Amino acid sequence: MTETKPSNKNKQTILVCQGTGCVSGKSLEITAALEKAVSELKLTGVKIDFTGCHGFCEQGPVAIVEPEGIFYTHVGIDDAREIIESHIRDGKPVERLFYKDPATGEAVPKYEDIKFYSKQQRIILRNCGHINPERIDDYINTGGYEALTKVLNEMTPEQVIDEIKRSGLRGRGGAGFSTGTKWEFCRNAVGDQKYMICNADEGDPGAFMDRSTMEGDPHTVIEGMTIAAYAQGASEGYIYIRAEYPLAVKRVRIALEQAEERNLLGDNILRSGFNFHIHVKEGAGAFVCGEETALMASIEGKRGMPRSRPPFPATSGLWGKPTTINNVKSLATVPVIINKGADWYAATGTEKSKGTCVFALTGKIANSGLIEVPMGIALREIIYEIGGGIPDGKKFKAVQTGGPSGGCLPETYLDQSVDYESLAAAGSMMGSGGMVVLDEETCIVDIARYFLSFTQAESCGKCVPCRIGTKQMLDILERICCGEGEPGDIDLLEVLGTQIKAGSLCQLGQTAPNPVLTTIRYFRDEYEAHINEKRCPALSCPSLITFYIDPDKCQGCGICLRSCPAECIAGDKRMVHVIDQDRCVKCGTCLEVCPDRFSAVTKLSAETMDVPREPVPVKEKPKAAAA
Amino acid sequence: MIVLAVDSLTKADVEDKMKALFSRHNGEKQELIPILQETQGQFRYLPAAAMKEIARFLRMPESTVYGVSTFYAQFKLTPLGRKIIRVCRGTACHVRGASKVLSEMEKQLGIKAGETTDDLEYTLETVACIGACALAPTMTIEGETYGKMTTKKVAEVLGDRNKAKQQK
Repeated sequence: MTETKPSNKNKQTILVCQGTGCVSGKSLEITAALEKAVSELKLTGVKIDFTGCHGFCEQGPVAIVEPEGIFYTHVGIDDAREIIESHIRDGKPVERLFYKDPATGEAVPKYEDIKFYSKQQRIILRNCGHINPERIDDYINTGGYEALTKVLNEMTPEQVIDEIKRSGLRGRGGAGFSTGTKWEFCRNAVGDQKYMICNADEGDPGAFMDRSTMEGDPHTVIEGMTIAAYAQGASEGYIYIRAEYPLAVKRVRIALEQAEERNLLGDNILRSGFNFHIHVKEGAGAFVCGEETALMASIEGKRGMPRSRPPFPATSGLWGKPTTINNVKSLATVPVIINKGADWYAATGTEKSKGTCVFALTGKIANSGLIEVPMGIALREIIYEIGGGIPDGKKFKAVQTGGPSGGCLPETYLDQSVDYESLAAAGSMMGSGGMVVLDEETCIVDIARYFLSFTQAESCGKCVPCRIGTKQMLDILERICCGEGEPGDIDLLEVLGTQIKAGSLCQLGQTAPNPVLTTIRYFRDEYEAHINEKRCPALSCPSLITFYIDPDKCQGCGICLRSCPAECIAGDKRMVHVIDQDRCVKCGTCLEVCPDRFSAVTKLSAETMDVPREPVPVKEKPKAAAA
Repeated sequence: MIVLAVDSLTKADVEDKMKALFSRHNGEKQELIPILQETQGQFRYLPAAAMKEIARFLRMPESTVYGVSTFYAQFKLTPLGRKIIRVCRGTACHVRGASKVLSEMEKQLGIKAGETTDDLEYTLETVACIGACALAPTMTIEGETYGKMTTKKVAEVLGDRNKAKQQK
């Protein structure tokens, strides 16, 4: 790598990530420490700035030095001075903060060379991590609001709709309906007042791409929304954001104010005669409000309960007026399609699923974070090349897509193409883009129980199949996890699941059984092991596992005894420790703390180990030479 | 839900604050949720006396105000602790051991999720997902996020949360 020029010649910028993840890693303090170091060293050619989420939260807090594109990971407050002194003043980047490739252990200094990024194709997230989200000029300098200018000056609403239809863009909220067609319905609907709503009620546990987009590049959402409003003839708009996302709310509000100041929003936008106003509505903590009719009820100030469709929102939506509801990611894509053209966008992806999709890659994976990949990519590529595989040498078990509405796909589906149709055919769904990787230590029955406990608690209670049916299914799953499953439970779950899907009012109930049905389809043997053998193959369900201290290995060091939160381990110095099984809470602390050189604690399911009832003297440790 | 704290505020206690709050609104029915959010911001919960004032201001039945308040998870009808701890139970957190963190937190505070400590210092809640999944398991105290939690770190963040070591 060539050495960078001294700072007074090349203007350098240090971009510190201030997404939610990095802020929790103290990135605000790091920014302050960098600024302090710059002023103490009296350097002038460098600017400290911040950005939204880079997506690589696992490595946070992260910072990029531009224009070189040097990527620093796990930056601490104490590292600030060194970065300024060594990199900025002396032109020597701080190597110990470089990203290390998990496969090779090699240090990778530049952002663009890191596999996590180089395998991605960023359209929706194009600006996230590269611009200051609280400064409209940063967005404008990357070509922001050019699409809006073009639309207002050169295109009719019909041409805009046609362009979006031809691009093949489908709703990124999960259902995958054609965005252009949706707009056309609303455009053709009769009404004096029309509404444009941005659904930012990202409630799926395990998904955070909408939050990151709003935190990192709020103007692209506003621009997309304004274009959508123009195409449909809407004059009022709402962004409905979860209350749990305070930073996103703050940045969107700042962006709205700035856009209004520049006449990119408000009355007579860019002197085109087109008026559009956007209001922010904060959700109040109800998952079901992600469903469009429930969301509209919530904006109207009511309990957020869905209603049956038709009438669809396009004809009778908010306050009975024609309304369109689009997801954050769909809207963030719109300005790019207008700028680069429908054909450019449609060149990426598969025949029926065009463009890119964003996933929140989390769970048992080396590189957690936010990724954007072309539709049609194989799951294997996402998990092993971008995600860096499963950490700690564990084995891949399943990948869960689509959150509580989706399903778990086993290893045989790793070469599956990721697109709307293929995922649906496998029993899962694209959903809003959560992708949680499960390893051999994750119990599949417990995961199904977990998702159902979530949807069951979030069921609004309006329709019977969802309210009572999900509760029945959850009761059965809880029994199975506790070792009280009965023959016939699997069939019963399948019957109930099919009926709930058919009979529920909204997508919450219609999809709630998916995690259970797919896990039965692909991992039936695990259900059977729980029910018939009272065994948890992943050694995870507390009621079905037992911890033992191996008398041949225990050296009586006392670490587990002192750490046990239930105080149920008996023993003494040089005495083999014994767990009182009646009082053990199965927390696994003893297994965690037992030193590697002893590894005396074992976890078993449906098996027993011969251990003494009372502490006994430890056996002599075999000599290393003898072994 | 077991509730340790009680709602003791009367009309006289809330009247002035509610009047000031209403002055920023037009009295339209769609304002109910924002008004409830602001009221909770003022009192840290929704006093029954305040909900009655809201019903009068928006010219709607008290039952409607109550119905909306109980529908959304954000709204609380009894006083909350000074510090709200939210343990994330999102998918990523779940597979990385969130339930252990939660039970350790329950043990240390001596309360269950959904409850408030006797001294009104802490309220313990669970949240479906705070969207910081890469840092799983996570929790927040008064909005500040703590990532990569372990049972050991629970005591640390409770003991002196300002000095809680920066995790790597």
